Amino acid sequence: MTDTSAAEREPGPGDGAIVTRGLTKRYRGGQLAVDGLDLTVPAGSVFGFLGPNGSGKTTTIRMLMGLIEPTSGTARVLGRPMPRATLAVLPQVGALIEGPALYGFLSGRDNLLRYDAADPIADPRTRRARVAAALDRVGLTAAAGKKAKAYSLGMKQRLGLAAALLQPRRLLVLDEPTNGLDPQGMREIRSLIRELASDGTTVFLSSHLLDEIEQVCTHAAVMAQGRLVTQGAVADLAAGTRGRLVVTTPDPADAARVLKEQGAADVVVTEDRVTAEPPERDLAEVNAALVTAGVRVRGFGVERASLEEAFVALTGEGFDVAG
Amino acid sequence: MSRADLDPAQEGTGGTAQESAGRTARTTQESTEQRIPLARRGSLLLNELRTTLRRWRTLALLGVLAAVPVLVGIAVRIETGDGGSAGGGTGEGPAFISQITNNGLFLVFTALAATLPFFLPMAVGVIAGDAIAGEAGAGTLRYLLVAPAGRTRLLLTKYATTMAFCLLATLVVAVSALTVGALLFPLGELTTISGTRISFTEGLGRALLIALVVAASLTGVAALGLFVSTLTNSGIAAMATTVGLLITVQILDQIPQLDAIHPYLFSHHWLSFADLMREPVYWDDLVKNLGLQALYAAVFGSAAWARFTTKDITT
Repeated sequence: MTDTSAAEREPGPGDGAIVTRGLTKRYRGGQLAVDGLDLTVPAGSVFGFLGPNGSGKTTTIRMLMGLIEPTSGTARVLGRPMPRATLAVLPQVGALIEGPALYGFLSGRDNLLRYDAADPIADPRTRRARVAAALDRVGLTAAAGKKAKAYSLGMKQRLGLAAALLQPRRLLVLDEPTNGLDPQGMREIRSLIRELASDGTTVFLSSHLLDEIEQVCTHAAVMAQGRLVTQGAVADLAAGTRGRLVVTTPDPADAARVLKEQGAADVVVTEDRVTAEPPERDLAEVNAALVTAGVRVRGFGVERASLEEAFVALTGEGFDVAG
Repeated sequence: MSRADLDPAQEGTGGTAQESAGRTARTTQESTEQRIPLARRGSLLLNELRTTLRRWRTLALLGVLAAVPVLVGIAVRIETGDGGSAGGGTGEGPAFISQITNNGLFLVFTALAATLPFFLPMAVGVIAGDAIAGEAGAGTLRYLLVAPAGRTRLLLTKYATTMAFCLLATLVVAVSALTVGALLFPLGELTTISGTRISFTEGLGRALLIALVVAASLTGVAALGLFVSTLTNSGIAAMATTVGLLITVQILDQIPQLDAIHPYLFSHHWLSFADLMREPVYWDDLVKNLGLQALYAAVFGSAAWARFTTKDITT
């Protein structure tokens, strides 16, 4: 999905939709918000951007969008340097940053007309049609004529998304896109994201809903205290902490002994559950060995570590605000 | 939009890194910009004008301005119901007030003289102060900038809209005054300050010219307000600061001991518009006034640009 002509003009490191090298922001107060960030968002990916509150996600997104000047380091979006190339890059980028911001005294439709008028590339002749299409896409057609101040949080969120979809985009930057939506709305937005991604749009998604990231994202990065803790394919991240073999049994002591004999490491017994790192052999044989040894097995299986566990292991602080 | 909007350096926010990459970006950016038809560049200005006029605040300000000539007109009418002339003809009250009973057209000059020291610049201060700070406070500024409106283009749009408001506000006062004057008082030939007679049509022409000069007199306040607006993320704070500066300047202009600085105060030559009612027109103060306004627009316009194009948008 990379624009080859742009790539020729501006050979960047890799062909990522977003590439940062040593990106750093120190605010005037001396606070280091983002510290030497090396982020690579592959073109065509759905990229989850994770981190506790105050970890520097928002500052990073604002630097990528040319709203904040980095203290040092570089950021390239769609192969072009930011913030220098904002006027060339941003028409191809749809963004929802820290929630929607609307003109309460204007209708939903007029809000979109205004944001579209702000884009110098947008064709005024197709403006009304594109606004109507964007409203339809987020399910707001019926409420388009209502003043935005009368909108619920979920409707405002949808309108913010519609603003990001006024044009066909190569990159969507969505900060907490399902915030304030009901479960039905969340599902709609997720399927919308999948639909856009299948059209080849790169989606950069920040969220604190880890199962959401796990459901829609192909890649993810985790930030903590201004630094990048890890990045990569979601499957790899979750697998980074390998799945554990879990045996449920009324005979935990015997089971633990048999598992050790079968080569399982780190065996832990908790009441009727015995967990261990699975040995390098067919698990069917391990199960057979348990049964042969007279261990009554109620449950036998491998539990994959969830992204949430991986996340907590990486940031070590869950979602507490970083101090 | 002006040439300055095409300046590719507009987003060059003082960055020192990657100079060569930056230079390449500038050329490509410039070519992108030049392909954009003028009609599309004007979209934002049209939208901005429409949006400004749809705020109840704007309409309230215009309503107050329209009410001033009505009040003055009615007051003069009641005061002179017995056949006397307002202000006793001794120069009390706003300029030209004593002439209103003879000719309703003078209500236009009186109303402009009454609103120029405070009501008009206050209204302009509110609009200019809110221009950037109000958008920043509401968070809409970040979406305009990622649209991407372009910082220079947005600032020029805001300034052009504020100037359009100056003109509109002045015309509202003038038209309201003309209507009230025509309803309550006779119209006809009028006498200039120099004592010569001019026809009513020429008087109308002078009135229009005066309205334009009054609108131009507000250029300095508009630029000052816009600069203040780039300093804060609170629209209310920016409006209050601008109006506060206006009051301060008006007070300083009244203190004789400070006459050394008086020629540099943006309000000092405001009432020179009355010189357009002389025959022949006395241009000295008018030119000084317009020159001073241009100076304020240049200084504070540049300051606003320097500030806004390098500002971190964190709201």
